[in-house]
Amino acid sequence: MADEVVLLDFWPSMFGMRVRIALAEKGIKYEYKDEDLRNKSPLLLEMNPIHKKIPVLIHNGKPVCESLIIVQYIDEVWKDRCPLLPIDPYQRAHSRFWADFVDKKVIEVLMKISTTKGEEKEAGKMEFFEIFKILEGELGDKPYFGGETFGFVDLSLIPYYSWFYAIETIGELNIEAECPKIVAWAKKCLQKETVAKTLPDQKKVYEYVEQMRKKFGNG
Amino acid sequence: MAELKLFRTWSTPFALRVVWALNLKGIQYDTIFEDLSNKSSLLLQYNPIYKKVPVLVHNGKPLVESLLILEYIDETWKQTPLLPEDPSERATARFWAKFGDDKVLLSVWNVFIKQGKDQEEAIVTAQENLGFVERQLTGKKFFNGETIGFVDLAFGWLANLLSVWEEICGVTLIDHEKFPMLSEWIQNFAGAPIIKESWPPRDKLITKYQALREVYTSKEAPK
Repeated sequence: MADEVVLLDFWPSMFGMRVRIALAEKGIKYEYKDEDLRNKSPLLLEMNPIHKKIPVLIHNGKPVCESLIIVQYIDEVWKDRCPLLPIDPYQRAHSRFWADFVDKKVIEVLMKISTTKGEEKEAGKMEFFEIFKILEGELGDKPYFGGETFGFVDLSLIPYYSWFYAIETIGELNIEAECPKIVAWAKKCLQKETVAKTLPDQKKVYEYVEQMRKKFGNG
Repeated sequence: MAELKLFRTWSTPFALRVVWALNLKGIQYDTIFEDLSNKSSLLLQYNPIYKKVPVLVHNGKPLVESLLILEYIDETWKQTPLLPEDPSERATARFWAKFGDDKVLLSVWNVFIKQGKDQEEAIVTAQENLGFVERQLTGKKFFNGETIGFVDLAFGWLANLLSVWEEICGVTLIDHEKFPMLSEWIQNFAGAPIIKESWPPRDKLITKYQALREVYTSKEAPK
């Protein structure tokens, strides 16, 4: 019986991009539905009644929510190809830790940078670089966070790269100057077809962010 | 023989999850109690990013973040599985554990640290979140079914710490009428032998959290 896979998503969402990359890595065919987040579809509200957020993966009618949980689900169901997480339990724990670190730290600091001014904004910028320098430390000399191959942590972080131009312009910072290793890693990831086809153009993301800021009066 | 050490404090509910998981699986380990006002150099070495407990050290390799530690334990020691085998059920379990930590715990904590109108609003949010959790118990003794599992351990703090906070605040969040299934789950979980034997002393918990509430409520003018 053929699998029916549907992804409820929103094109600039970093969380949605993680799922799109995972599906592409595994070569899974799916139906993509872009949501209007100001007018959420009945399907989204039915499939994610608790959070009412994207991404939601619907596999043979059953919903899976929360991007990192969805990616792990994809890895466990389609386990016959292209593993996203390592096999060794300690390495898996290590990967989960760093993906969780990205989730705990990056969005919060981005919100700070984009919604505050003056001293608070400067503090936010410092925190941003602290976080990314920690990530650079974890990357070390490895080509990917996953080692020789692109994996769970790379997938968790790379979508943010599509937001870098927006972050730099709104935040008034230069990411490549402070964190060259991260930018080099990101460009390497972009050499992968699955990543290149998934990540939207940075300028397009910036235009979207500016539109939202004008509407809701941030900054 | 494997060397297993658990860094914890006497009271943290997050470390209790690890204690329960190890005990349920019958795994031997050493305990190191930390004083968080004077963290050991070992703790800082094993958890340099967050500098928190619990930390589980297995053959010299550290694991941090309680829910991630639980997954590691489950993948390393296969007896008495905590997570289901089916990927869809595993995803559901992970979702509820995350909801518990991200939303439920935070909203209940807000009830504990606030007073007056702020507390009233916090109660509404907390009970909304608890309502979602309550419905997960429909037709089940534990979140995991007939036996204690991952989600039960994640929500374990509801079966003990919550009543301490309720007592101190004079607020009942989980009453039998509104939350019959959660109330019963609390009895079943708290009374399970492996769980019961590891609760921290209640009087000590009351003293500790009473002092904490005083700190939080003295920061605001009473409303």
